[in-house]
Amino acid sequence: MPVDLYRIDDRRIHGQVVVGWGQPLDLGFIVLVDDEIASSDWEQELYRMGVPPDMDVFFESVDSIATDFVRFARDARHGILLTSDIDTMRQLVERMPNAIRAVNLGGIHHRPGRSPKLRYVFLDGTEEDALRGLASRGVIVSAQDVPAARPIPLDELLALHGAAK
Amino acid sequence: MSNATVRAIVAGHGDFATGMISAVDQITGRGGVFAPMTNRDLSMDDITKALESLIDHTGAAVVFTDLPAGSATVAARRVQRAHPDLVVVTAISLPVLLDFVFQGDLAAADAARHAVEKGHGAMAIVGLPGAR
Repeated sequence: MPVDLYRIDDRRIHGQVVVGWGQPLDLGFIVLVDDEIASSDWEQELYRMGVPPDMDVFFESVDSIATDFVRFARDARHGILLTSDIDTMRQLVERMPNAIRAVNLGGIHHRPGRSPKLRYVFLDGTEEDALRGLASRGVIVSAQDVPAARPIPLDELLALHGAAK
Repeated sequence: MSNATVRAIVAGHGDFATGMISAVDQITGRGGVFAPMTNRDLSMDDITKALESLIDHTGAAVVFTDLPAGSATVAARRVQRAHPDLVVVTAISLPVLLDFVFQGDLAAADAARHAVEKGHGAMAIVGLPGAR
């Protein structure tokens, strides 16, 4: 069973991931790729705390996931791979060509310099270019915070102005 | 809403906090014991900053959150690292908050513990054969 969802979410492991996606996907494991958290036992414990005991959480760095990815791809359970920013996902796509076919934008919130696209997606110019770069490699990019919401394709997302939706 | 001193923050998704506090106030008139916070449309960093600011502003000693895996809980745990005396209670219910507002004579940690026990005891399936 390949990983079901490749998601960019700056909240990382939280309610939408564990419950919102976790329940309908019958999620068995979460892979969080984050160099900072992969090197901190305290941070790992923080994110592991609220996850149900029957759901595994794996913490990987950008370097280690390239080696460990095969293990997750062969896992019989359903899984989600998370990064907290676009650049980390871009690195994964470049290092593991053909492994990641679609990327879900689940939460990229406001910070100075970013423009609103959706209430949960704000992007600056560099990030927009990075997403276009993913699309040019054949990766399907869409924004969707929860499974019940309509996926918004990248072209439509980038044409949006304002965070009302 | 009463002008009671804020002793705790209620934090969670959507309108969870304001809804819960509204219910406490309707039942007891003591909703002012709590300050609400939502994680709506905020990044993890901004949730943490907002929570820390609210704690500093109110002097609250307890944070009640809605979901163990929720971002408000993660933020509260993060703040707790810098404020070791902060008490964090998660997966709360209305009976938990109702009990807490009546434990004003207890220290915050003891009041939270008492409220959690009350909340556990209040859970029940009603009306099913064989259920209490």
